[in-house]
Amino acid sequence: MDSMNITSAQYIADNGSNISIQAVIDGETRYVPLDPANRHYAEILRQVQAGTLTIAEAE
Amino acid sequence: MSTLKTGNITHPSSTGTAITLDASDNVTINGPTNFNSNALSGIASINGGQIGGSRNLVINGAMTVQQRGTQTNQTGGYTACDRWQFAENGSSVITTTQDTNVPVGKGFGSSLKIEVTNASGTPTAANYALLRTKFEGQNLQQLAKGTSEAKDLTLSFWVSSPKTGTHIVELFDNDNSRQVSRAYTISTANTWQYVSVVYPADTTGSFNNANSASLQLAFWLMAGSDNSSGTLAENWQAYNAPDRAVGQVNVMDSTSNNFYLTGVQLEVGSQATPFEHRLYADELQRCLRYYQVSGTIKGYPMVRYENTGNGKAYSNWRLVPEMRTSPSVSFSGTFITSTGYSGTPTAGDITARQFRLLSASSVNPNDNLWVETNSVTESQGIISDAEL
Repeated sequence: MDSMNITSAQYIADNGSNISIQAVIDGETRYVPLDPANRHYAEILRQVQAGTLTIAEAE
Repeated sequence: MSTLKTGNITHPSSTGTAITLDASDNVTINGPTNFNSNALSGIASINGGQIGGSRNLVINGAMTVQQRGTQTNQTGGYTACDRWQFAENGSSVITTTQDTNVPVGKGFGSSLKIEVTNASGTPTAANYALLRTKFEGQNLQQLAKGTSEAKDLTLSFWVSSPKTGTHIVELFDNDNSRQVSRAYTISTANTWQYVSVVYPADTTGSFNNANSASLQLAFWLMAGSDNSSGTLAENWQAYNAPDRAVGQVNVMDSTSNNFYLTGVQLEVGSQATPFEHRLYADELQRCLRYYQVSGTIKGYPMVRYENTGNGKAYSNWRLVPEMRTSPSVSFSGTFITSTGYSGTPTAGDITARQFRLLSASSVNPNDNLWVETNSVTESQGIISDAEL
């Protein structure tokens, strides 16, 4: 029953390493840690696996 | 020494029984008991649970903490009162506030108000609406769930509903996909009513001893046939959606509807005890494990530490107390962008104890910047969310 509307996701990098994901979730920009215990990251992974979301590389 | 053998002890003027004795040496005292200032010893438990301390498993059951403030046009997400989340499928839209409407004389100062701002008339099969709070498995080990020593749970709360009739309140075991529901009846609309229900022990499926959401307590507000066409799960059972909320009235069917809740207590045992009031500071500390918001920020420094090349300035943002897990970080309100200021920052290297706050743009080596907000509310600023 948990549904999140994730409209974009992009890695944030510093010194060449990804340090978080900038994602727009339910209309709000969030910086999501790369931690499966975080409910937003868990949902990002679920949607990526389902093929409905792609995480863009860092700029 | 002689032995008095009797099953009941009664005062000569009473028509009842003061003390009942049974063949298993159980003693039942049927009236208020005065120990005349003597100490009471040898008590192994109260209601089968711990004797003192934190009996109530619910955080913010009295709706005292409201870090997010009023939430308008919600179709999901956490409400005005910390730890309480709205979930729905359909067209229901609500506004949630911490309200001063409380049951008079019961010791509460606030309640959670759910105001329907877009009604959902006759629900389709898939439609539902509910209010819930979730529990970490590591805080539920005392229930001994999944063993022969599993404990009953008792839920008590004060509720004011715009609808009379059957309402459902459910426990859902996320670790093992198991469910149990209780029905309660609202007899008078828009009137505070005390409710207590007992959930049986579950000898199947233990809770993970971890920081994830093992259990959820859900107050159903609307249920289409997908969640209500079966037989209510009055005992723990494997997940079967139609058995979740059988008979639930539709609280979401009019924009005139306001639903209020406070005094929510979930405790071990089969007896509801008086609500465990906590100091505001204690309750806030518990809530900060899941959600932290900075409010106004003035002159928080960040630095481009490297000596060569352009890059982002940064500093560490400490999370106190340590959060449940690494939080998602967002920035709400206006952050000053003029020369010498960071603009709206970004965040990375996020842990449960701290994260790196980075400037919006790259700066020169060794440059200093300030993070500063402009006219933000206490519900805005830097927001760290580690909710379940």
